[in-house]
Amino acid sequence: MSSNIWGYLVRRILSTLLTLFGVSILVFLMLQLIPGTVVEQIMGTDAMVTKETVESLKTFFGLDQPIHIQYLHWVQNIARGNFGISWRTGKTVLGLILDHLPVTGELTLLALGVAFLIGVPAGVFSATRSNTAPDNVTRVLSLLGLSLPVFWQGTMLILIFSLLLRWMPALDYVGFFEDPLRNLQLMAMPSICLGTASAAMIMRMTRACLLEVLGQDYVRTARAKGLGERMVVYRHALRNAIIPVITVAGVQVGYLLGGIVVVEEVFTLPGVGRLVLSAIFNRDYPLVQGAVLFIALVFMLTNLLVDLLYSVIDPRIRY
Amino acid sequence: MLTQGREQSRSGTGRRMAARIFLRNKLIFSGLIIFLIMMVQALGANWISPYEPFKQNYRETLQGPSWQHPFGTDRFGRDILSREIHGARISLRVAVISILAALVVGGMFGLVAGYFGGWIDLVISRCMDIFFSFPAMFLAIALAAMLGNGEGNATLAIAIVYMPLFARIIRGSVLTEREQEYVTASMALGASTVRIIFGQILPNVISPTVVQAAICMSYAILIEAALSYLGLGIQPPIPSWGTMLNEGRTYLEVAPWISIFPGLAIMLAVLAFNLMSDGFRDVLDPRSRRRPGAPAKG
Repeated sequence: MSSNIWGYLVRRILSTLLTLFGVSILVFLMLQLIPGTVVEQIMGTDAMVTKETVESLKTFFGLDQPIHIQYLHWVQNIARGNFGISWRTGKTVLGLILDHLPVTGELTLLALGVAFLIGVPAGVFSATRSNTAPDNVTRVLSLLGLSLPVFWQGTMLILIFSLLLRWMPALDYVGFFEDPLRNLQLMAMPSICLGTASAAMIMRMTRACLLEVLGQDYVRTARAKGLGERMVVYRHALRNAIIPVITVAGVQVGYLLGGIVVVEEVFTLPGVGRLVLSAIFNRDYPLVQGAVLFIALVFMLTNLLVDLLYSVIDPRIRY
Repeated sequence: MLTQGREQSRSGTGRRMAARIFLRNKLIFSGLIIFLIMMVQALGANWISPYEPFKQNYRETLQGPSWQHPFGTDRFGRDILSREIHGARISLRVAVISILAALVVGGMFGLVAGYFGGWIDLVISRCMDIFFSFPAMFLAIALAAMLGNGEGNATLAIAIVYMPLFARIIRGSVLTEREQEYVTASMALGASTVRIIFGQILPNVISPTVVQAAICMSYAILIEAALSYLGLGIQPPIPSWGTMLNEGRTYLEVAPWISIFPGLAIMLAVLAFNLMSDGFRDVLDPRSRRRPGAPAKG
């Protein structure tokens, strides 16, 4: 049985590596989409530069090489952990990403926590009151949660809690290890904002899975044995219903990573998302390219981990 | 002749019944109402908006909601309601064109991959997997950054993001359909590959994509608004909901209405598609109509 799992593991890792190869080509080609040449992007279209300068810049960046050679050099460097040098700051791209990563990591984890803390209890509440008024209200609220644009929700949270009620501190980021309490206070609104849609998704998934499980024979048996409703729902039904919800949570990490650019911009948090956005506006393309590849790597690894965790959590799954 | 007439009348009755079933669903009905209001806004913007969306009036800058300006005015004295109405046109246009393009191009890839199988399927499916390796919003932002600002590029970026999804859905349906007897019969009758794919298989695989298209439409509206909000999509002074929200950020404390109303419009538009897709799912999925549930107990 375990050889099957190892076989699956090898197949899954090989397929991830193949996709990674495709991702690297796509990210590399993204730079070719930019209007104008890279030298124009660095110097500006109005800059008075001689032909010799342009040629020397092209040689410096390796742009005089055929495109497949450029790609090979780029991939070789990536494999060595060299994501390139930022055109604007002169610092290494990987160094810049790693500097900004703690903020993004903290935000993503907190948002996932918010999503679970709201989503699972709301799903249980809704499923155990299926087709009643409270269930309908919860379902409508979940639809509203899915429909809220994060940037508007963030703006409204700032307007209400920071500007009108003055409950939240000014948006002046402080690291967790500098002042944990203030850091958590600051991260409350962004985490709620980023986690709302995921909470709605988790709520819907929990409700659907729990309703499915509550109709099973073993739940009926548990009830027939005279167990209390709370015991039946939490000890018997939810433990089985939560397995697909965990998969959804894995997918939600991807969704949350997609939302970081917007949320970090709204709340002026110095994370990877904001770094990417400033790189876009500064036309710092190696940084954009490196960050996009980095996020794709994290996303793929998360999906791989979720797939593997799924088999550990649910012993019924066989490969 | 008579049989043909009977067939037509039977299919007409069937269609009417299906429409009745769909409209009886509260979710679809409420979503449709909001969607129709949006459509009226979008199509009749020139007639129903009280002011010109670009008209500046420096004597009425940053005015709060009033009878004259129900949604207030912005820093140039432009009427927010009029800009919101015109914004519906842009949001819907970007969403519809991008999802339609994604459906057509992705659908073609899916049809070809599913029908021919083998190495063609392998190559197309692997290529589509590459796009699934990015969070959708992040990929859209990266593509918009590389392609440049503007409505066309934002539409293209959203279409590229959702194209693989439609390819995957249609490929899955084609894999099932190509094994059906009617396809074998068409092959035996000597029908061409193009005729089998487009004439026989396509009409049978298009319906599962309807729900997905409705869901994607809501995401497309959100992504377009996010791109414009970040300054990567539609550019001022064009009245896009995302751009209006971005402009309102600076005046949040003194004129919050600039941010409140475009955001509400985005939320309602997205909600309309979410309601309809949920309703379609309820109607089309027989399991969700009669779910086994726990005793309704407080």
